[in-house]
Amino acid sequence: MASIWSKFALAGVVAAAVGAGVAYALTKPDPHPASYWAGLAAPDLSHGEVLFWAGGCASCHAAAGAQGEALKVLSGGRALPTAFGTFHVPNISSDPQAGIGGWTLAQFGDAMTRGVGAKGEHLYPSFPYGSYARMTREDINDLFGYLKSLPASDAIAPPHALNFPFNMRIAVGGWKLLYFSDAPRVDLAEAGDAVKRGQYLVEGPGHCGECHTPRNVLGGFQAGQWLAGGPNPEGEGRIPDITPGSQSIGQWSEEEIVTYLETGFTPDFDSVGGSMVEVQQNLAHLPKSDLQAIAAYLKAVPAR
Amino acid sequence: MKLKLVTAGILALCLGAGAVFAAGEPQVVRQDLMKKIGGSMGALGAIAKGQKPYDAATVKTALSTIAESAKDFPNHFPAGSETGFETEAAPAIWQNPADFKAKAEKLSSDAQTVLASMPADQAGVGQAMQTLGSECGACHQTYRLKR
Repeated sequence: MASIWSKFALAGVVAAAVGAGVAYALTKPDPHPASYWAGLAAPDLSHGEVLFWAGGCASCHAAAGAQGEALKVLSGGRALPTAFGTFHVPNISSDPQAGIGGWTLAQFGDAMTRGVGAKGEHLYPSFPYGSYARMTREDINDLFGYLKSLPASDAIAPPHALNFPFNMRIAVGGWKLLYFSDAPRVDLAEAGDAVKRGQYLVEGPGHCGECHTPRNVLGGFQAGQWLAGGPNPEGEGRIPDITPGSQSIGQWSEEEIVTYLETGFTPDFDSVGGSMVEVQQNLAHLPKSDLQAIAAYLKAVPAR
Repeated sequence: MKLKLVTAGILALCLGAGAVFAAGEPQVVRQDLMKKIGGSMGALGAIAKGQKPYDAATVKTALSTIAESAKDFPNHFPAGSETGFETEAAPAIWQNPADFKAKAEKLSSDAQTVLASMPADQAGVGQAMQTLGSECGACHQTYRLKR
């Protein structure tokens, strides 16, 4: 009798262990194989700079209020208040200790495209790797080369101050299982080159959807609401819908969208405001053809 | 039929009274000032983009309107006007009134400076637009709710 019970108990323990093992296998950090990052040419730094502006790195990683050359000192330290707690933006300057100067391309690339940190840990999706995952490895290589060419800072940011259960990094694995994907956000397979370039910029490095798409309580994008806008996660106000169905910009021509991204002026000469000011100033560094591609893509996505 | 007319008349009177009442509110006064600045930027923008020919009188009017409206603008944010009348004013205005006022005054004095040197052609107007335009964004980044 006792042996039957102990067999049951053993079976239970085994089942629990298998369950935990499966859960761990599904949610553990999952970097690219090392070979993925091997064999790339020397980085093209000027292209890396374009990606730096497209990616808006400075908007979070430079000091608050930085202008001009100070935008290139990526010392981190800004507090990012969210519903999950306060994130403190890390130093990604070229400093070998405080920053990412000592990282390999694989470490940088896996952080950018797999949300895996230099020590193999899950990164929080406040760092928008859910978008950067779409970037090509050549672009990652160029951007990494450019970032390493920028000034070093030895500043060290305080640790994140997150609420339970979000303070458990292992939980990020569950989030990734639910929401992390490098697939296109919208199906535009038949689109022309400009729209496809725009799709790459908006869905990848530009990470526009991170603010312009509404999220559910777990921080995942709401299905079928790509770029449809929503409440401002940073506080008051709303983030506008930027699809062709938008009340505010739905009627803008592609040329008007390009002018807005270039100059910060709407067609009726209202100006850009809020967090979009920095985004617009970053995007103004892009070649005009890229801004035209972004506009073409915004006209091609489904209206919401 | 008569009843409908009377109802419509009363409704129109009420709406009219509402508009008169609203016109004196600080939220509405400052919105009107901002619309004047926006309109002037539009007039300059049309010249800068080559949609309208360069016209010295238009440029002069636009720049003086911007200078005057921006100077007066921060005087219309009294306590109690934080909400209502679809205001887009951010709470930060009442938290950092000195900085808010300084930004408005900078726009005003920069518009004065441009006016003093008077842009002489389309390119000059374009340059003025860039100077003044970056100040629109710099202030709206912190002090306006609409994105």
